[in-house]
Amino acid sequence: MSGDDTTGGLPETAAEHTGPTEEAAPEQMVAGRARKGMFGVTGSGDTSGYGGLRVPAYVPPEAERPYGGWFDEVADELFEGMKRRGIPDSAVLRITVDRGEITFYVDREHLVEICRTFRDEPALRFELCSSLSGVDYGPDVPQRLHSVCHLTSLTYRRRIRVEVAVDVADPHVPSVVDVYPTADFQERETWDMYGIVYDDHPSLTRILMPDDWDGHPQRKDYPLGGIPVEYKGAEVPPPDQRRSYT
Amino acid sequence: MSIDAETPTGSRPGGDGSGGDRSGGDPFAASARETTEGRVYTVTGGDWEDFLDDTQQEERVVINLGPQHPSTHGVLRLVLELEGETVTKARSVIGYLHTGIEKNTEYRTWTQGVTFVTRMDYLAPLHNETAYSLGVEKLLRVSAPERAQTIRVLLMELNRISSHLVFLATGAMELGSTTGMTFGFRDREEVLHLLEFLTGLRMNHAFIRPGGVAQDIPENSREKVLEFCKVMESRLPDYDKLFSGQPIWKQRLKGVGYLPLDACLALGTTGPILRSAGLAWDLRKVEPYCGYEQFDFEVPTSTDADCYARFLLRVEEIRQSLRIVRQCMDKLEPGPVMVDDPKIAWPAQLSIGPDGMGNSLDHVRKIMGQSMESLIHHFKLVTEGFDVPPGQAYTPVEAPRGELGYHHVSDGGTRPMRVHVRDPSFVNLQAFPAMAEGGLVADVIAVVASIDPVMGGVDR
Repeated sequence: MSGDDTTGGLPETAAEHTGPTEEAAPEQMVAGRARKGMFGVTGSGDTSGYGGLRVPAYVPPEAERPYGGWFDEVADELFEGMKRRGIPDSAVLRITVDRGEITFYVDREHLVEICRTFRDEPALRFELCSSLSGVDYGPDVPQRLHSVCHLTSLTYRRRIRVEVAVDVADPHVPSVVDVYPTADFQERETWDMYGIVYDDHPSLTRILMPDDWDGHPQRKDYPLGGIPVEYKGAEVPPPDQRRSYT
Repeated sequence: MSIDAETPTGSRPGGDGSGGDRSGGDPFAASARETTEGRVYTVTGGDWEDFLDDTQQEERVVINLGPQHPSTHGVLRLVLELEGETVTKARSVIGYLHTGIEKNTEYRTWTQGVTFVTRMDYLAPLHNETAYSLGVEKLLRVSAPERAQTIRVLLMELNRISSHLVFLATGAMELGSTTGMTFGFRDREEVLHLLEFLTGLRMNHAFIRPGGVAQDIPENSREKVLEFCKVMESRLPDYDKLFSGQPIWKQRLKGVGYLPLDACLALGTTGPILRSAGLAWDLRKVEPYCGYEQFDFEVPTSTDADCYARFLLRVEEIRQSLRIVRQCMDKLEPGPVMVDDPKIAWPAQLSIGPDGMGNSLDHVRKIMGQSMESLIHHFKLVTEGFDVPPGQAYTPVEAPRGELGYHHVSDGGTRPMRVHVRDPSFVNLQAFPAMAEGGLVADVIAVVASIDPVMGGVDR
């Protein structure tokens, strides 16, 4: 977060944005990266006058009751089911609702049991694990690696997202293969690409990259690679070294 | 048998040419006798019976099938443990076509991402484009205009037809029916011609973009599309004639690759495989997108859960897709094909000039001669792209092989933070051991054909 440097002629909106993120507890899910300047260009003189602009990293806001639609019902049933299984309510760290999708950020200790609750509770019945993948929010973000699981209920035709965030130094997430066998390949892929270790996975080996590959290619600090290309006398740098505006 | 001259025949008792005594030494060594010309070996097939005895014993052989094998449906490697001809264990090895498309999209603008994702599942490029675009639109909180949605449906259904035709063609070829292959590829060619007419390219269209489609379809599309429907409808009975009742086809496929509903759900299998197990789960019906709820079509199902049922379902899905295509042509109303937001919509309209396709002359005249602001806007939108508000979205569509889901994460920039593709081929391939183990080697081929994996989508 770039809350340290909010002096100067900052626009009012940016200063407002930094407020809530500064208060954020360390386990709050930062989902983005901080920006400065207007055009995202570095290494050149600032002629635009926007060089002091700071945009803090995005933190998905916690949803407030009522969530709307069936989201409340699912959340209630989840907490009921967790109580029956002896999982503390604090295992769900955060619930966000955005763009018509509900996300449960959960504690990794209880991930498998929460998935089992989602699958087995008669009022939830998320039978299908549609997708399981990783997201890397970049080196500056605390708990940058996220393991994201999309569950589908064929009975009720609902979709939810269950997310776990971990640090690069301790990238362990329990495997949900026991609950959803379909997660097998997808956890292997996430291990391969992001280096998230799925504990108790039956055979956590690389799946897309060769077995002896070093590193995890889809991490943000892993270079894209590529060679400069010469075209009509000019040299075009590889995509990750071109000027970007993001 | 050994005909090695180094064989110390002298040490063998009875090495006198009779060939009958195998009591000592190497039992398979050829017997030899000394003649005036030198030592002469007698090579016989005398151990043939022993060899046959050996095969009676339990013996496991591990074989590799692929990755360069015409029957493995692409660069897919199958490791099979065999007992005789029975497959006791089967595993798939993938990654031979990994191209890092997901990572590449993180270094391009949101619009350029379409050009990448269309190359993933290369038999369903338009489904990839649509799912990607729907995801970006969800993040942008916009939706494409009605006409663009209908064009998307039209293109996706044509694409579904071509994909299922490739399933028929390659599946038939893998099972030895080259006539089926020529039928399938002949008819797919018709679809590709039509898609070329509609979008400008046969494959890798990059036609569907966040916000709508790249440009309107040509004027006389209606005639062309209806003509195609007529041709296709006249040719579909050929597949029934060639396959549906044919004894060899039925013997190869019936009861093979059985995967019941609970196994489908556990393994995450979707698409025709799930429907062949009896669940009418089709995202076009259960979670309609692009206005699918306005179309009248059926979702064919079966309860046989075998390869033959999957074949029948796909042929029936081609029929249903043709129904949707016809309805699309009636539903198409004139109107815009891109969102009315100059911050998202591509500034140029394309046109065909004497030197090929490019920006329309009107547009070039405007940006080069009349409006500096238009030029700046065009330049910035094309090089920089547009910002997408931060957040994440999961967008599934029903691709020919099942649920094709896009998980987009934006950090508010002009490039995606993450694009994950839940490709149905990748997930469905996990069901291959469950379907193939316990069957014969020949069934493995039928099973892989019925899963219909596209390795471009599996490996991405």
